[in-house]
Amino acid sequence: MNNIEGNDFLLRVDNVTVKYGNIPALRGVSLYIDRGEMISVIGANGAGKTTLLKTISGLLKPVQGNIRFGSLNIENLRPDRVVKKGIVMVPEGRKIFPDLTVKENLELGAYTIKDRTIKKELFELVLSTFPRLKERLKQHGGTLSGGEQQMLAMGRALMGNPKLLLLDEPSMGLSPIFTREIFSLIELVRKEKNISIIIVEQNAHMALEHSQRTYILENGEIIMEGFSSDLKHNQRVIEAYLGV
Amino acid sequence: MEHIIYILQQVVNGLQLGAVYALIALGYTMVYGVLRLINFAHGDVFMLGAFVAYFLISKFSMPIYLVFILTMFSCALVGYLIEKIAYKPLRDAPKISLLITAVGVSLFLEYFLSLNAIFTPNYIAFPRPFDVKAYDFTFLSITNVQVIIFIITFISLFILYLLIYKTKYGIAMRAVSHDKETASLMGVGIDGIISFTFIVGASLAGVGGILYGIAYPQINVFMGIMPGIKSFIAAVLGGIGVIHGAVAGGLIIGICEVFVSAFLSSTFRDGVIFIILFAVLLFRPRGLFGKRIEKV
Repeated sequence: MNNIEGNDFLLRVDNVTVKYGNIPALRGVSLYIDRGEMISVIGANGAGKTTLLKTISGLLKPVQGNIRFGSLNIENLRPDRVVKKGIVMVPEGRKIFPDLTVKENLELGAYTIKDRTIKKELFELVLSTFPRLKERLKQHGGTLSGGEQQMLAMGRALMGNPKLLLLDEPSMGLSPIFTREIFSLIELVRKEKNISIIIVEQNAHMALEHSQRTYILENGEIIMEGFSSDLKHNQRVIEAYLGV
Repeated sequence: MEHIIYILQQVVNGLQLGAVYALIALGYTMVYGVLRLINFAHGDVFMLGAFVAYFLISKFSMPIYLVFILTMFSCALVGYLIEKIAYKPLRDAPKISLLITAVGVSLFLEYFLSLNAIFTPNYIAFPRPFDVKAYDFTFLSITNVQVIIFIITFISLFILYLLIYKTKYGIAMRAVSHDKETASLMGVGIDGIISFTFIVGASLAGVGGILYGIAYPQINVFMGIMPGIKSFIAAVLGGIGVIHGAVAGGLIIGICEVFVSAFLSSTFRDGVIFIILFAVLLFRPRGLFGKRIEKV
């Protein structure tokens, strides 16, 4: 390992338990991500993947454990404050605002950015990364195709100038071609902007292919973790998540 | 020909009343958008606007533009405080608790302010800041009161349009109306946007209160009840939560009310408005411009 835990981490989730009522959705989950790294969390439906991202982004509060972002404890921050600290989530199903135009959706993404020049730079960056959006700026978000909506959702998140991007099932509902396109865009964003990315996926293939490390979540617990290149060849992972 | 002129004249009179309803209806519909709450105290903010204007004009003889500014400011403050004190603690409570609280706030404002030491329950003559003049055109007669109501309403709506469609707070407000959770993931502070919505809605109600006082110069602490309910119906007619729907609904309700008074009998004018409500709820619950039916 090129990294001793806690050495240069950007975010560290430490022994976090989250409950819906009395039912635990996450049980003592710990993970970390370094600067510029892309990690993935894979697991079946209901394993707690979305819960994990929602907890990091402040939508859910853990009953136990803490989340450190740099030198800050963020587990009790409101979601809008978490965004201000530099963690932006692209929610499952993209959650584009259908009645807002593409431009307004993007502007909303930059809600926390006060500086006009930075905002303009981000806007240019997003349009050059996702040129398809440029042609559609005046269109309502609801009129875009699924793949375009995913691009808009990612563009909107980038408008917040994140240090850490949380992607919840970016391939959901997309054709294999679009899925590949989205993943190569994710790679591009990570490399060019040096943004760290946590990606949660049911599509274990793509997740293992593009991330450096992977955590496997089952019933709210992390049952396995390691370099994605190793896990790809692990017999258990192949059987359970990659199919035959 | 005479009939047509008479009808046109009634349309103008209806628009005068409808403009005020539209200003009030906007507050109902915007607050519904962000909180899914019918803010029953909204009609009382409108009443308060009329009273604040009354005091500013009669006790301080302020110029009319200052009356507008200070009245809007006062109403905005009251709207903000109502939300902070009465509604915010119930953010996670069942919707019905919020609704009952809204009724409570409304009754509190009406009966507290009707104390003899405060506004008293009596009718007070609203001092018009100018004399009424009628301009007779070949077909129509339009009063300066109507002209002022149309101009002020138009300016208010234009500013509201800029606020909602051209500022980031307006965009955030529309986003919060659609999906609070996702809006918060964009860094939008939900509580701040809810306060913003109450402030904007209450300011518009304040403008409505002044205009109403100028048009129908008898004010009283209970004056907000009927216009409040009718504006609420206007918001439902236009599609609750839809901003332009509230304006259209307000104008339609105003014209209907004046038409019923002119062609039927003024005894029926309130009844007909409620029949419109029943009809909308039965046949088109999403209203004229509503997109889909909200589950309540």
